Amino acid sequence: MIVAEQKPLDEIKTMLEGCKKVLAVGCGTCVTVCFAGGRREVGILSASLRMSTDLDGEAIAVEETTVQRQCEEEYIAPLEADLEEYDAVLSLGCGVGVQSLARQFPGKRILPALNTKFMGFPSEHGVWEERCQGCGNCVLHITGGVCPVSRCPKQLFNGPCGGSQDGICEVDPGTECAWHTICTNQLELGLFEEMMKVQPAKDWSTSRDGGHRRIVREDIRLPEIEKA
Amino acid sequence: MNMHYPAFRMPENTDTPPIAERCDSKLARVLASGEFAVTGEVGPPKGCTTEPVRTKARLLTDCVDAANVTDNQTAVVRMSSIAAGLIVLEEGIEPIIQMTCRDRNRLAMQSDLLGAYALGIKNLLCLSGDHQSGGNHPGAKNVHDIDSMQFLRMMKEMRDENIFQCGEEIKGGGPRFLLGGAANPFADPAQWRPYRLAKKALAGADFVQTQLVYDLPKFREYMKRVVDMGVAEQIKVIVGVGPLKSTGMAKYMRDRVPGMSVPDPLVERMDGAVAGIDKGKKADRSTAWRNEGIKICIEQIQEIRAIDGVAGVHIMGIEWEEAIRPIAEGAGLLPRPII
Repeated sequence: MIVAEQKPLDEIKTMLEGCKKVLAVGCGTCVTVCFAGGRREVGILSASLRMSTDLDGEAIAVEETTVQRQCEEEYIAPLEADLEEYDAVLSLGCGVGVQSLARQFPGKRILPALNTKFMGFPSEHGVWEERCQGCGNCVLHITGGVCPVSRCPKQLFNGPCGGSQDGICEVDPGTECAWHTICTNQLELGLFEEMMKVQPAKDWSTSRDGGHRRIVREDIRLPEIEKA
Repeated sequence: MNMHYPAFRMPENTDTPPIAERCDSKLARVLASGEFAVTGEVGPPKGCTTEPVRTKARLLTDCVDAANVTDNQTAVVRMSSIAAGLIVLEEGIEPIIQMTCRDRNRLAMQSDLLGAYALGIKNLLCLSGDHQSGGNHPGAKNVHDIDSMQFLRMMKEMRDENIFQCGEEIKGGGPRFLLGGAANPFADPAQWRPYRLAKKALAGADFVQTQLVYDLPKFREYMKRVVDMGVAEQIKVIVGVGPLKSTGMAKYMRDRVPGMSVPDPLVERMDGAVAGIDKGKKADRSTAWRNEGIKICIEQIQEIRAIDGVAGVHIMGIEWEEAIRPIAEGAGLLPRPII
């Protein structure tokens, strides 16, 4: 899932300066599951903003709604009906959600209430960890199901660096050395030959380095006539 | 975790010429001759005056075969290793330029190294680089386009096949660097370390310089594996050594530096050096510590020299470059051979 966390309240208030009435929009997918921008968080943030701006003497009316997925047109299109009465829309979606709203409603100020962090999963209750950077060229079959691109701070492809100790990364004592686990898994899975192979320089053109990315699937694209 | 690593034997080297034919550096000649090599280190200044480089370089005159010039070491911005390397060269010492994968992509690396070679630099140490979070620009974006193994492979192909990383031909021939890497015999997973050294040789390293070695029993075990695998026949292992300056430094290295092993008897020996000296007499204690540090370093070099598969020592002063001459002298490494 996409994992995000809420911006500090003061930062959000700064963004909202000059607004009298805003619509806080949650998202029912990833950010609901990671407790950052679902219905519950929209309620808490909206109440906090109402109280805080009221105490400041510049009360903002914050109304709430949550859509199933901010990143799909069919779920956000119905918001248009009442949008005119708001000075701004405060999105509690991920960065994709914010941009999806901005594309759908040009001319309307769409403000991000979250910082989108990474693609990952909860490793325990209340802890989320990054697992994928979307490099566009997956190597998990070679690396025993552990990603060196997203989990090794030096993005090594040829084994652990000299700073791996007791299975811990030198960059952060709270982080496992990804390559320690990769070595263990590779041995267990009979991938010793891959371990000893000098893995060639990665082609990053499939990553963000190659420019803005898009996927075109002609097989499922709608014919021009239906688009119209 | 005690994983089972399969047996490994280094494949025979069929495509790389003998070391002296790969590069015409002094270090290559010393290593090819089988003489015990000595390298040192010059850390460039956090500024743009040449004098600190010259001063440090002069402390190594006639003591070393070549000197490493570090590249934004510990991710702290300093004068570029190529520029400082040229100043070192002007002082009559052959530089080993360090370059990390942290600060440059493959375009910048190849371009800067074409330039470095054109200006007379002949030895290169290919490193991943310390993470920028511990340096003085923690908000910097890191690069890591390629890793240190891929870096070695790229430079080997530039030298031996005259091609850029992309496969295009280098008109007029590629830079003929003697290629080095780093090795830490004490990092984890411990069993992996001899294999990693083998991999560096396979990637293209002619030599490695190790992390500081204080734990000789552990290092001997490592070298036995390296020799048994046939790795030492194909890569020159230059062992990192350095004088301890105090009990505190020994303890810090033992307890706080990831991937470092300092045995307790060594810490106790440093402590013993100041026994009976009043804590208030700071200068006396420092002198006693430093004398003991040099003595230990000399003894360790003599023991390291006797280990099968070792090709030399890399003496690191760690902001105490004055110690390198007495260490080299005391260990019987002077005068350096002229080859």
